[in-house]
Amino acid sequence: MSSVVESLSCFVRSSIGKKILVAATGLVLVLFVLGHMIGNLLAFAGPDAINAYGHLLQTSLHGGGVWIARLGLLAAVVVHVVATISLTRQSRAARPDAYGRQKAQVSGRAARTMIWSGLTLLCFIVFHLMHFTVRNIENFGGPDYEVVLDGEKMHNVYKMVVVGFSHVGVSAFYILSMVLLYGHLSHGVSSLFQTLGLATYRSERIFKAIGHAYALLILVGNCSIPLAVLAGVLK
Amino acid sequence: MSLLNLHLKVWRQHRGQPGHFQDIEAREIPDHASFLEMMDIVNERLITSGQDPVAFDHDCREGICGMCSMQINGVPHGPERATTTCQLHMRHFREGDTIWIEPFRAKAFPVVKDLMVDRGAFDRIQQAGGFITVRTGSAPDANAIPIGKEVADAAMDAAACIGCGACVAACKNASAMLFVSAKAGQLNSLPQGQPEKDRRTLAMVRQMDKEGFGHCTNHYECEAACPKEISVRWITKLNRDYAAAGLREAFVGRQEAAEGGD
Repeated sequence: MSSVVESLSCFVRSSIGKKILVAATGLVLVLFVLGHMIGNLLAFAGPDAINAYGHLLQTSLHGGGVWIARLGLLAAVVVHVVATISLTRQSRAARPDAYGRQKAQVSGRAARTMIWSGLTLLCFIVFHLMHFTVRNIENFGGPDYEVVLDGEKMHNVYKMVVVGFSHVGVSAFYILSMVLLYGHLSHGVSSLFQTLGLATYRSERIFKAIGHAYALLILVGNCSIPLAVLAGVLK
Repeated sequence: MSLLNLHLKVWRQHRGQPGHFQDIEAREIPDHASFLEMMDIVNERLITSGQDPVAFDHDCREGICGMCSMQINGVPHGPERATTTCQLHMRHFREGDTIWIEPFRAKAFPVVKDLMVDRGAFDRIQQAGGFITVRTGSAPDANAIPIGKEVADAAMDAAACIGCGACVAACKNASAMLFVSAKAGQLNSLPQGQPEKDRRTLAMVRQMDKEGFGHCTNHYECEAACPKEISVRWITKLNRDYAAAGLREAFVGRQEAAEGGD
């Protein structure tokens, strides 16, 4: 038993082991982002659809489902961030003296700024949770935000989204964060296949295209909500 | 033949001391000279004028030994693809160009002097696992072990690595993944490499980490800089082999390994 733990801890402390952790937790977050976006797009199907969806999430497994998801995602985020910061520190230490001239031949800006887009997104996640989950930035609770659907009292998610995004500054921050997420995903999704050892000579281009398409899909889908609120489509 | 007048910015450094760029005017350089021959001409003139010549590594001067290094205008071995510094010719530069010449920079490659760095870290990674254990003495029969053409070709592609360190120099993280993946992958692909595959993979990666190289962030600057065009798919294979070896080390005992045949 202890030798298993010892070997595994040695594995995850190595550079490739940490990268595999980053890729695996990244995959969890990549899939979450898609599910989260599809759920939110229910706002376009009208208040009842998204309110019922929110209520379903809150009450699944007698209210336990949402906590299982939250704790799982929290663990994924913590491992993802801790491992990348540790790897970045090691890599900075690996080149103590900078070049006078260094020319990147093939790498893109999104790839070179992963740590910065990632850390900004971490700040965004904290803000986003305070905004719509904890709701201590603006008061989205109380009887003003209750709605009755099919005889059940539930939180008026639709109204919260519309009021939340009607502030131009808040919407601008969301859209900026989604642009950073686009860059983060366009490198991260295709990277995942490389780190998990799945890319091949023939599939590599496909994975790259999937990465860009996925990032674009998330960008367009997520930005459509604040833009629709600001344009008065959702009200 | 035409002659070029060039402005060089050359890194000068003694081991353990801080370095600096020295401006050197390289006048009347024949455009058919190789980059190293240009350095020779510059050094002859420095010596004649009583100055310290620029130290740089070189050996075969035909692109196969991996000794020559130099970061030229921000790219290892200069701007031409699939070319070592000794194969780079001055006709790729223009009259009046400024050329930045620096050593390969990494913590694991300490500067010995000027443009020479100690690449002993690569040797220690090889010693950790980049070999197969065989009985020496009489040569075995050729083709005694059948190897598929595709496998032999792929292993040969990895074996083209000359261990120059351009991959480390080009990488934003000073990662040695392309070198290690080529050296491990070459043997891990072949039947002769199978008995020690896991041991080799784990040992080489651990030595790589110990030497203080960075990690791979999948930018593929290494592949673009590699004078032998080693593919980053070898890095994919190393990731895969390392994950499998790590899990087997953790969970598989000696007996089960024997059942599996490796």
